[in-house]
Amino acid sequence: MTLLSLQSLSVHRGRKTVLSDINLTIREGEVVGLVGPNGAGKTTLMRAALGLIPADGQSSIAALAPRMRGRAAAWMPQSREIAWPVTVETIIRLGRTPHLLGGQKIQAEDQAAVDRAIAQMGLDTFRNRPATQLSGGEQARVLIARSLAQEAPLLISDEPTAGLDPAHQIAAMESFSKAAGQGRGVLVSLHDLGLAARHCTRLIVLHNGAVVADDLPQVALTTEIVKAVFGITAFSEVTDKGFVFQPLEVVS
Amino acid sequence: MPMCRGRLLMGRSAVLALGLGSLVCVLFVGSLLIGPSSASVGDSLNALVTGQGGPLATVMREIRLPRALLGVMIGGALGLSGAAMQGYLRNPLADPGLIGVSGSAALGAVLAIQTGLAALAALALPAMALGGALMGVLLVLLLAGPRGTSLALILAGIAISAFAAALTSLVLNLSPNPYAANEIVFWMMGSLADRSMTHVWIAMPFLLGGGVLLATLGRGLDALTLGEDAAEAMGINLFRLRLTVIIGTAAVVGASTAVAGAIGFVGLVMPHLLRGFVGARPGALLWAATLGGAAMILASDILVRLVVPDRDLKLGVVTALVGAPLFLHLIYRTRREGL
Repeated sequence: MTLLSLQSLSVHRGRKTVLSDINLTIREGEVVGLVGPNGAGKTTLMRAALGLIPADGQSSIAALAPRMRGRAAAWMPQSREIAWPVTVETIIRLGRTPHLLGGQKIQAEDQAAVDRAIAQMGLDTFRNRPATQLSGGEQARVLIARSLAQEAPLLISDEPTAGLDPAHQIAAMESFSKAAGQGRGVLVSLHDLGLAARHCTRLIVLHNGAVVADDLPQVALTTEIVKAVFGITAFSEVTDKGFVFQPLEVVS
Repeated sequence: MPMCRGRLLMGRSAVLALGLGSLVCVLFVGSLLIGPSSASVGDSLNALVTGQGGPLATVMREIRLPRALLGVMIGGALGLSGAAMQGYLRNPLADPGLIGVSGSAALGAVLAIQTGLAALAALALPAMALGGALMGVLLVLLLAGPRGTSLALILAGIAISAFAAALTSLVLNLSPNPYAANEIVFWMMGSLADRSMTHVWIAMPFLLGGGVLLATLGRGLDALTLGEDAAEAMGINLFRLRLTVIIGTAAVVGASTAVAGAIGFVGLVMPHLLRGFVGARPGALLWAATLGGAAMILASDILVRLVVPDRDLKLGVVTALVGAPLFLHLIYRTRREGL
């Protein structure tokens, strides 16, 4: 089943075209990595797909009524904002917002979703700690748990692994894979191409606001594309442990 | 286990609600009973309820009841709008006066006093103050734009406050009548003394209407804890939220200033003081700050009557005297917590 479909999506800022003619779909069971250098338009693509910024063309989620978007997709922005020293559990409960009717209190099934997300991100010991007192990496895990608790069919996450240690980077990607295994779909932007190559089922390479590759990681990350888009060389090989990608040098 | 913790949290909120609620009730009754004309508690309340007892009934019904009612409503409304403003801007230093409405309402009132309209008709002052508040909120919406950022709102508010303050100073500066100038200065200090039921009827629709608007914001403000983008993606209508904050705040602050003058610090201090008791949740803070604000104004208004009963101490002076040190203490505590 298709969870997100973008058809000739374009975004203009003033006269500048930030995104041009983006066509892509995300189906259930997929962890799709969105990669590209700084300023390629990754965040803009995600926000336009969610209907947070005006765009030309079609996005199946932006086409929904604003109230229903939160049930179709969970969005984890790159800025890890936690404005008040509320407890970790309170933050994660906010993920249930789209499921509550006006004035409705959190129900048993909502609490169950919150508990599942807490368990999945290994946050049980932090449950009653003020979220603002946690380290940046811990806060990132809390916010991932928040978006998991939303239990929307599609999860869109903007650089969720930035600032995490290797174990938690892998754990975060594995939690996305697990969500995909449960029949959800994930669109995640990443700077770490090695992580993207290893954990994503598909990669979309974005360059200057256009999709230059949309395929299996080992097909998308060709020597030419890596050189043209990222300006680097890399070692890559399909091994018995899966596809391995290691950036090496900057191309002068 | 989580359910058990949930109940514990509920329990704490219930204790706070009960505590603040009974404090407001006690202070409300205290406000009715304390004043220059000494009468027994029984006689006073009897006169209030039955209207029997000659002058005492008049005192209770025409002087003390409006004063206590205005105290509860204005205090609650200021506390509520402070909590809403801080939640919306995600800044504990935000104040309902920030959007420039109190300044422009004060300008309207000052013009009413200066032109002598206030002396001609009793309702001219609150009416002109409300008019000033309306002008202020329209200007804010115009300057900040209906979809602008919170920074644009703050800057527009500062600009309007500064301009209204400058015009108020200009009126004082050019005032040929020292009595009017004197009256303006005292009015601006804020007071609930000598207000009638008419003032209650003028202010009530705005205070209650604005209050109801602001009270609906709980879920949106909670979601805003995660930032505007995340909140919007969870189905919160930011455009409506922002408009509700501005209009609700303008209604309650405009009406408060119109009937009671400028009363500061309630909207700033109360949310800050009570935030820790509700687990810092901006939605829960709305009702807590409402009760806390009502208690603070009622207590200050009782203090005004007890400390120097014959000198007409102004309410706004007391709230600032109480509020400023409290605020300094909160800043100290915040700094210690490293926030």
